[in-house]
Amino acid sequence: MAFFVARRLLYLVPVLIAVSLLTFSIASLLPGDLAYTILGDQATPENVAALRRDMGLDQPIWWRYLSWLGNVLQGDLGRSFRTGQTVLQAVAERLPVSIELMLLAQLGALAIGVPLAILCAARSGGPFDRFMTGTAFGMLSVPTFLSAILLIYFFAVELRWLPATGYVPFAEDPAANLRFMVLPALTLALAEWPGIMRVLRSDMIATLQEDYIALAKAKGLKASRILFVHALKPSSLTLVTITGINIGRLIGGTVIVETIFALPGIGRLLIGAIYTRDLIILQGVVLLVAAGFVIVNFIVDLLYAVLDPRIRHGHA
Amino acid sequence: MTGNTLLSVEDVVVDLPTPRGNLRAVDHVDLTVGAGQTLGVVGESGCGKTMLSRAILQLVPKKAKLSGRVMFDGQDLLQLSPEKLRKLRGRSLAVVFQDPMTSLNPVLTIGTQLIETLQEHLELNDATATRRSIELLAAVGIPAPEQRLAQYPHQLSGGMRQRVAIAIALSCEPKLLIADEPTTALDVTIQAQILDLLAREQRRRHMAMILITHDLGVVAGRTDEVAVMYAGRVVERAPTPALFKKMRMPYTEALLAALPKLDAAPHTPLPAISGRPPDPTRPLQGCSFSPRCRYAMSRCQREKPALEAAETSAHQFACFHPIETHADANV
Repeated sequence: MAFFVARRLLYLVPVLIAVSLLTFSIASLLPGDLAYTILGDQATPENVAALRRDMGLDQPIWWRYLSWLGNVLQGDLGRSFRTGQTVLQAVAERLPVSIELMLLAQLGALAIGVPLAILCAARSGGPFDRFMTGTAFGMLSVPTFLSAILLIYFFAVELRWLPATGYVPFAEDPAANLRFMVLPALTLALAEWPGIMRVLRSDMIATLQEDYIALAKAKGLKASRILFVHALKPSSLTLVTITGINIGRLIGGTVIVETIFALPGIGRLLIGAIYTRDLIILQGVVLLVAAGFVIVNFIVDLLYAVLDPRIRHGHA
Repeated sequence: MTGNTLLSVEDVVVDLPTPRGNLRAVDHVDLTVGAGQTLGVVGESGCGKTMLSRAILQLVPKKAKLSGRVMFDGQDLLQLSPEKLRKLRGRSLAVVFQDPMTSLNPVLTIGTQLIETLQEHLELNDATATRRSIELLAAVGIPAPEQRLAQYPHQLSGGMRQRVAIAIALSCEPKLLIADEPTTALDVTIQAQILDLLAREQRRRHMAMILITHDLGVVAGRTDEVAVMYAGRVVERAPTPALFKKMRMPYTEALLAALPKLDAAPHTPLPAISGRPPDPTRPLQGCSFSPRCRYAMSRCQREKPALEAAETSAHQFACFHPIETHADANV
């Protein structure tokens, strides 16, 4: 197992280098000169040249990449030239919002998708299965902005159960925080449970054809034990994969949902940075989010090994 | 058949709907197994022997249509409620599947898979169930049984896995064990060991057994009675010694002739049965073996021979032109 983890960690290095290269290129390849962006249209060529020298923009690009990478490795991702905030500060402020949203959305999606998938697989081809498969297909095609607006309309405007927009930090008032989080998390969960259900359902149906399931039946085990102990675990590899990808994706925040519900998450930080051409923030946030994505998927790889002993022992 | 009947399969038909039409996998089969007796079911691939075993266990595919009666220990398994059937399976009716590579759950330990069966049926506490599991693994010849409990199937060889599967099947002292080609997926060197293990445990536990195989040689010394299946039907049925002394059905003869013989001269061609079994979605009007039978007459193509007893009631065969000559009993 230690060897397995070490090998997977080694795979991370080239991926992270590639991520840093791509992220760096964003800032460097965008049209327009950073110095002009900072100083504005009225700047004198002398001032621009001086700033370029200060920022190292007159250096060759590979040199700039290496010195940036050196700084990043020391934990310095730069500082916004608009607010003076460091990238790490800005991210540390917004990240809890996005992570909370991501966790709640994933839990919601799994809570809806997994039981439905198991029920559908247990009676595959039956009326319930056909109805749910159709519903899931329909839900897949509902965009988040639409479900967000519908949820706001019903739960905030008509029923007045929940607030439509806003945010309170969890540490300040947990109950209020959760009230603000319910609708955005539900919006994302509604978009994600159909994928979870469809993947797990088809994997479960395949698993239920296996000999060892026939043997489990022949052993006289209860149907619930066959489904949850014998069939669910070997069927959940794809489920873990897509959950990992979803988590990684949502760490970067969701621009649409965070904008609609006015949540101060990573998604809105990114959008703001793009609008204000705050390239240092943009580059730093993209790097952190991409690294987070890669690391979450590394954890998913480890989860495979937990789920399937054959991977753990290097047989598969 | 001596002793009281434990299992009697009566007029069992299994139909599988396929895109090419209805496939009759098991065609009006009657069989009986006495308590403590061993029945061998022999036939080539696709003759319905596995589907017959699944029909006895009520493990046919969902789409399959099953009719007839399967009387086990006084009750018709086809009429049992799912809950009663579940209590019977694994407890008095156990099975060993063909391929131990796929019949054990890859993500559960050997211990879990043994203990769950014991606890499902016998209400044992964890310590007792663990001790019983170790005893069972030792009984089926697995070295270091204590360590095996924490291992996963992929850490064991095929032969060892089949021993584990047998231990699971034996765990609740079943009255009937169905062994569905238990050695087909194994090395030749392991086959005899596994068959001997099954025979030994069967005698020790006074358990009845159905041994399903495509190998007449396997049933020769190890069964009390043999049923030969062809195209979903039983075509010959006899006490094992009688069958090998005087087989009547040309198909049985052909099957026996197709066995490689140790005393044959090197490079002797193996007499194979020419042709292929009939398409089960297009049943023949006459005897289903007639297209491949060297004794076939025109009547064989028109009429289906019934499974009938000849000189002794125990020996039945379905043939208009049975073999009269004494077959070579030397296997």
